[in-house]
Formats: sequence, C-alpha cells, structure tokens
Amino acid sequence: MSCGRGRTIGWLARLFDNKTFLIFICMLPCLGLLLLFLTYPLGLGVWLAFTDTRIGRAGEFVGLFNYELLFTDRVFWMAVWWTVFYTVAATILKFGLGLWLALLLNHYVPCKSVLRAIILVPWIVPTVLSAIAFWWIYDPQFSIISYVLVDVLGWRDTYIDFLGQPWNARWSLIAANVWRGIPFVAICLLAGLQTISPSLYEAAMIDGASPWQRFWHITFPMLMPILAVVLTFSVIFTFTDFQLVYAITRGGPVNSTHLMATLAFQRAIPGGQLGEGAAIAVAMIPFLVAATFFSYFALARRKWQQGGDDD
Amino acid sequence: MLRPSKFVDGDEILFQQNTEAFTAATGVPVRIDIEGWEDLRPKTAVAANVGQGPDVVLAWSDDPHKFVDSCLDLTDVATYLGEKYGGWYPLAERMGTSGGRWIAMPMGASGGRICYRKSMLGELGYDTVPTDVDGFLEMNQKLHASGVPGGLALGNAVGDANAWCHWLIWAFGGAMVDENDQVIINSPDTVEALRYGKALYDTFIPGTLAWLDPANNKVYLDGQISWTQNGISIYYAAKNSPDAALQAIAEDTFHARMPIGPVGRPTERCLMVNAMAFDYTPYPNAAKAYLQFMMEHEQYDEWLNACIGYWGHPLKAYENSAIWSADPKHEQFKSVIADSQWDGYMGSVGEASAAVLSDFVMVQMVASVCAGQATPEEAAAEGERRARRYYRT
Repeated sequence: MSCGRGRTIGWLARLFDNKTFLIFICMLPCLGLLLLFLTYPLGLGVWLAFTDTRIGRAGEFVGLFNYELLFTDRVFWMAVWWTVFYTVAATILKFGLGLWLALLLNHYVPCKSVLRAIILVPWIVPTVLSAIAFWWIYDPQFSIISYVLVDVLGWRDTYIDFLGQPWNARWSLIAANVWRGIPFVAICLLAGLQTISPSLYEAAMIDGASPWQRFWHITFPMLMPILAVVLTFSVIFTFTDFQLVYAITRGGPVNSTHLMATLAFQRAIPGGQLGEGAAIAVAMIPFLVAATFFSYFALARRKWQQGGDDD
Repeated sequence: MLRPSKFVDGDEILFQQNTEAFTAATGVPVRIDIEGWEDLRPKTAVAANVGQGPDVVLAWSDDPHKFVDSCLDLTDVATYLGEKYGGWYPLAERMGTSGGRWIAMPMGASGGRICYRKSMLGELGYDTVPTDVDGFLEMNQKLHASGVPGGLALGNAVGDANAWCHWLIWAFGGAMVDENDQVIINSPDTVEALRYGKALYDTFIPGTLAWLDPANNKVYLDGQISWTQNGISIYYAAKNSPDAALQAIAEDTFHARMPIGPVGRPTERCLMVNAMAFDYTPYPNAAKAYLQFMMEHEQYDEWLNACIGYWGHPLKAYENSAIWSADPKHEQFKSVIADSQWDGYMGSVGEASAAVLSDFVMVQMVASVCAGQATPEEAAAEGERRARRYYRT
C-alpha cells in the first residue's frame, strides 16, 4: 500500500521535475488568457465578417458577400484612403516634433523633471476629454481661435469653418492627434537618447565633428532600434484611432473623416449590421500586420547594427 | 426598466415620481436605469438577443419591430387605454402594432418646430414664418442679407439633422421607399428637394455642416441665429434660466410649423419613445400594469406637464391637457404625433428603415449637395445605392 503510494508520488515528482512539462504548466494560465481574450474575440470577428449577422438576430454564412458590398462602397474606400493618410501625416508630424522635443529635453534645461512631467499631460488626459476640448476649439461659432483672429486681432472677417469643410476637418483632426501623440514619442525617444554613451560624443568632438554630423552619425543610428519600435506602436495606435474622430466629427462632414474604426462602429452598432461592421474591422488587419512586419524588419537591423547578420 | 436620458429636467423627475406612486399603489418595486440616447439601441438589442435584462424598455420609435417575436403582447392594455382616452393617433397605432397585435406602447414623441426670434423676423416685416416653401426661402434670403441668418444641423445629428432632411425630401414628394419597400429615392421629386435644400443652405450661418444635436441650441441661445428647428427644449432652457439675457430670448421666441411643400400637407418627422416589455420577463402582468398605470390620466398628465410638451401625447384625449393652453408657445407642439410622418415612410417600419436612419443616408444625401460635393442628381443616385443595401431581401 505505502509502496504503491510512494510510486505515485515518485511519478508525480518526476513529472514536475520534467522541465518541458513545467514550462507548459506555467504557461497554461497565460495561454488561457490569450485564447479567451485575444484569439476568441479575433476569431469571432473574422467569423462574423463572413455572416449577415445583425444586432438581435443570429446570421447565416454568406461567404465574401460583405466584402463584395464594401468593394463597391465609396464611403468605405474613402475611409480606407483617409485612414492611411491620417496615419501617415500624423505619424510624420508626431515623429518630427517628438524627436525635436526629446533632443531639447536631453540637453540641460532648468527644472528638467518638472518639464518632462508636464509634457506627459496630453497623453495622460483621457482621450475623450481632450477630444471634447478640441471640439470646442474647432466649434464653428464658439471657437477660441476664430475669436482671437476675428474679434481680438481683427486679422480675419469670418469665423473659420474648422469642421464644416472636408480638408479643414481633416487637418484639424490630424492636429488634435499630433498634440495627443507627441508625449508618447518624445518620452520614449528621450529614454533611448539617455542610453547613448557620452563617450561616443566626446570621441566625435575630439575628431572635430559638427553638431549635425554628431546627430546623423551617432544619435540617429543609435536611436534607430527604439525609433522603429515606437514608430510601429505609434502607427498602430493612430491607425486604430476611434475616440478623437468620433467625439469631434462623428465622421462628418458627409463621411469625409470616417476612419475605418469609426465606420465599422457606425455600421455595426447604431446601424445594426454586425457582419458588415466586422468585415470593415477585419479589413484593417492587413495594414496592421504590415506594420508589425515592419517592426520585425527593424529589430533584425538592430542585430546587424550590433555586429550580427540580418536574418 | 430602461429609458433614455432627459433633455428637459421635468421629464425624469416626474417619471420617477410616477414610478414610485406605482410601487406605493401595488407594492411592486421598479428600478429605472437611464441610458444615453446613442446607447439605448444597442442595449435594447442585446437584451433581446440574450433574453435577459430590463423587463420594460422605453425604446426608440421602430426598435420594437426588430424584436416582434420577443415582445410581450400588450393588446389588452392598449385597447383599454385607447377606449378610455379617445383612441390612439394613427401614427401611434402604426408604431405600436405589428400584424394586428400591439407589441409596444407609444408614450410620446418629440417633434421639431421652427423656433424663431419674433423681433428679428419683425424687422424684415414678417409677423410669422411663411407657410409655403417659396416664401420661406425668400424670407431666409432676406435674413441672410441682413446678417441674422437661420441655421439647421447637417452633421450626423441623430435628432435635428434627420428631422429637417426628412421634412425637406417629403415636402417635395420624395420618399426613401414606396409602400412595398422598393427604394424610390432617386426621383425627380428628390432632386427638386435637394435643389431647394441647397438654396436654403446658402442662407444659413456658416458651419452647419459640422453641427451635431446640441449645436443649434447653443447658437440660438447665444443670439447668433434668428431661427432653427428644434423640440421645445430651447424655449424650456431659456425660460427657466436665471440669466436675464436668456429670459429676454425666451420672451422673443415663438414656434411655428415647418412650411408646406408642393405635396400640400405638413411633412414633419417625430422621434417617438415606444415602451415595450420583453416576453422573457417573469412578471408579465406587473409589466403591463406598470405601463397602464403610467399612461393613466393622473400620472400621464403630470408627466406631460413636467415635460412642457417635450414628449407629445399619443392618445387623443390628452389634447385637452392643461399644458397645451398654459402658454401659447406650447401649442405648436400639441399635434406632434397627430401630424408627423413615420420613419421609413412610405414603406414598412422595421430593420431596414432603422438601419437607413442610423446610417444617416437621408442626411448625408442632403449634406453632400449643400457642401457642393455632389450635384442633386448624383446625391440622389448615391442615396438610392446606399438604401438598396439595407432594403435587399
């Protein structure tokens, strides 16, 4: 009896001594979380996109019907074009200004830590709150910018129609997104800058390198790995933006600022066409996968920078 | 039970009081959950889908028709109320019944009326708003020229933009679908309506393409426009404000019907609140008794008064309610349910009409012409294409 029991314990103990098994067991909760909260919703979304499900009614499999509908839908193509444009324009501005800000902060400035904390504020404020603030700033009748230009300075005769004209609305949204996104970029790049060894700059200065040469040949290459990662994240955040656009324009005027995310919501939830909304959301995946591949490519370059080969 | 949030204070307070009175009278406790206007639809849908949640929902106009099979039959209560209170208006009956049985009980509807500044119109020699579309346009051109334009929302504004865009198309004889739910929006009538809409838009204050629901209220109360179309909430806010300037605006504010187009009859739209009970409720009799109680004179009349007519009555007997004669400015809102056309006119009320409405097909058709992005012909064709997607079988 005791012998049998001992054998059981011995078997269990051996099992738990097995490294592969232990790794598997330890990963199981994590795997469960991933399956439950990532794989399942994603899979459900992909499946819904192949059905004609509406809110309040289960759907049937309709193959690529939703995609065929979208393919001929001008509103959808406008949303795709605008999402890409929004991402590219906002990202370029965010990185240009963010890098500049990081370089400034990396130099000696008074009250450095206070300044750094202040810079994070736009990023900390809940997006909807800042969106509502921008909504007021861009209001056709009560805009502070219009008020200053027309009533205080007298530089213009009419109020600016920020959100009523497609291009005005688009640039207004990009400006709001850039304002919100700069802190993230600046703080990440600042962290990157501080890992660069000062001795490299000292050596360069001894060799007589100009500030521009120091930036181009030391700072920029050393910053490249983190730049690539931050860039990928930033692209993903911007591409999937929803709150700013939904709160400020609801996709208007006349659908000219619908992002794919807001259009998917509009069609799926208020419109009740869950299947079609899911198809729009799924159509975002290829773009996001491309962004992720870009990040892999950049990480591989990092290896090369450290003396290895590109994969 | 679940209901949408308020736009006028009295609405929620009296609704709560009446519910407490029901509990006191019957011993049945009722909990009221309040939901934002936008979120009411999805919440109702989820409840219907999972068969769990609120027993009674004060839903938006055509929503109960999406869940006909899950609706508790309210025929006995509705018949009783109809007989006692002079009958239901035809629009209320259309929205409340499906296949001859009452699936929902319309409790009220908010309608848009022209809300104008008498002094501003008076300076141009207008005593009131012209009742024909040509005279109306002429008045607006004069208002525009004298620097006190009007304005109507053209953003994706659930209430305001839908209200006037539907009025516009219907006034000229256009409609999204015919009686058999065939899409007929791409018609000469629609094109003519869009031309008129563009001419009218040219007289508006700049920026209305970006207006959402609260915009016209704000701009009107700031004194920047001479008129807009709205429920009674602008007047309510001005009248009950402690601010003397707003009081003066309330004094100067009058209401009028939207002008009548070539079709020769009023063509306004209204937003109805339509109470429904789900058949999954374990207390069907309590739910019915509750709805009946809320519609009885003792409760309903007080609620109507507290809303100062924001939610117009669906039962004819309430025409005699004191609220409609309490202030001559309320009177224009008396006939909201009696005179309005339904969403999805001329076709059936259901999923497709609700989807077209929530995708802003009508509004964006008008807005694209006003913005100069499309000719009236192009916009009508695009509207037809979009509507067909939802009315496919």
